[in-house]
Amino acid sequence: MKRIINNFLKYRYLLMELIKKGIKLRYRRSYLGIIWTLLEPLLMMIVLTFVFGTLLGRGDKTYPIYILCGRLAFSFFSTATRSCLRSIRSNSGMIKKVYVPKYLYPLSEVLYNYVIFLISLIVLVIVCCVLGVYPKLTWLLAFIPLLELLLLSFGVGMILATIGVFFRDMEYLWSVAITLIMYMSAIFYYPDQLFKKANDWKMLVLKMNPLYSVITNFRNCIFGQAMNVKMLLYALLFSLACIAIGVAAFVKKQDKFILEI
Amino acid sequence: MAKTILEVNDVSMKFNLSKEKVDTFKDYVIKSLKREIHYNEFWALKHVSFKMMKGDRIGILGLNGAGKSTLLKVIAGVYDPTSGSVKRYGKIAPLLELGAGFDPQYTGAENIFLYGSVLGFSHSFLQEKFDEIVAFSELKDFIDVPIKNYSSGMRSRLGFSIATIVSPEILILDEVLSVGDAKFRRKSEKKIMDMFEDGASVLFVSHSVDQVERLCNKAIILDHGKVIASGEVAGVAEQYREITGDNKNQK
Repeated sequence: MKRIINNFLKYRYLLMELIKKGIKLRYRRSYLGIIWTLLEPLLMMIVLTFVFGTLLGRGDKTYPIYILCGRLAFSFFSTATRSCLRSIRSNSGMIKKVYVPKYLYPLSEVLYNYVIFLISLIVLVIVCCVLGVYPKLTWLLAFIPLLELLLLSFGVGMILATIGVFFRDMEYLWSVAITLIMYMSAIFYYPDQLFKKANDWKMLVLKMNPLYSVITNFRNCIFGQAMNVKMLLYALLFSLACIAIGVAAFVKKQDKFILEI
Repeated sequence: MAKTILEVNDVSMKFNLSKEKVDTFKDYVIKSLKREIHYNEFWALKHVSFKMMKGDRIGILGLNGAGKSTLLKVIAGVYDPTSGSVKRYGKIAPLLELGAGFDPQYTGAENIFLYGSVLGFSHSFLQEKFDEIVAFSELKDFIDVPIKNYSSGMRSRLGFSIATIVSPEILILDEVLSVGDAKFRRKSEKKIMDMFEDGASVLFVSHSVDQVERLCNKAIILDHGKVIASGEVAGVAEQYREITGDNKNQK
């Protein structure tokens, strides 16, 4: 244990550098640079509000906020897990030639995407103020679902990073899975209006998705409602289980990585 | 008193050379059902053991494919040995394939911090040494240019300058003395010589027996992953000349 901590301390500068690198290179050579972090979700929100607002006939003023909360959280989860999946392979040049603790790669991918995600929350604050949902105390509690989001992405990312080394198919499978997860996260619809019957099986499917729990609680914080404790616990346990599985698999297989990439 | 600085105990390294690469689910399932995954086992290193004392300069000789580079990578920690262990008592600077940690999209300056942190240096330390690194690499005019536009010589010059910014206890050299142009080569040889004089221990891989005789006090011959000779440089070098001489005669 002490050895692991010492090793981590030795390489903490590298972790910082890798996070910095991810952020810096993300928007390099684009004219607007880091502004895209804010602009992209804003434009996406407008498109989704327009399309689904018309389609579902919603005239609700807070609908864009509802979409934005879900969309921001989901797109972080999606980009972070995808880049974890590729993290070992895309750093093969370094891994083959110098010793570096390998978990730093998926970890840094998740963390730098998280930093970008946190920056992009500014756009949520702005949209909220414009549409009349003003900051309240419950906003401070939002860190709980946001922390769960980080843990969940890291756990899933570690599992995917390990599988990704051995099977390239996972990239394609995961893009399909992530689309499914998107529709299971209720980003642009209100599940309680869509599934009117009590105990609808579709509602059960939604509740099985930990990302849906995270997003729901995040929204509750933003809209000033009480958080759903059951969902909070479920997402937390799910995330911790993923981390346990992911880390165990990663540690068990990491010495084999170099022979596969 | 001389103290042990590196211990290589009975290290073996096995590679599975599969004939076809199995990296899709379909292949894997079908082939494991049919029991068709054959691996050709290949032992790159077999029961290699040696000790290195402080101040030793060990030359590793061997023909192509004898396992020299694999051995260095095991010592540097890149490969995890299949069996056996490596104990290191000091900071290792592996000058293997310089600039392996560079990111091509990053500029030279940014890469100094990236590669420096790969080697375990802190940000503030690198900031302090920044000018020294740039000066030694002679890349002042190009330091804000992305590395992808560098020539391979420029890249290794920068890599060498970063890796040698502190004198390590163990220096691993894989034929890096052939870095860059003649002028830079002289400069880098001088820097390595200075490290020798500072008492750094060196592991040095080369094909040139003369170079090993000039630089090292001990030598090891590897052949097909096995140590076939080790000891004082003079005797081992003589033996290596015989081996290579024989090979030439057979051809």
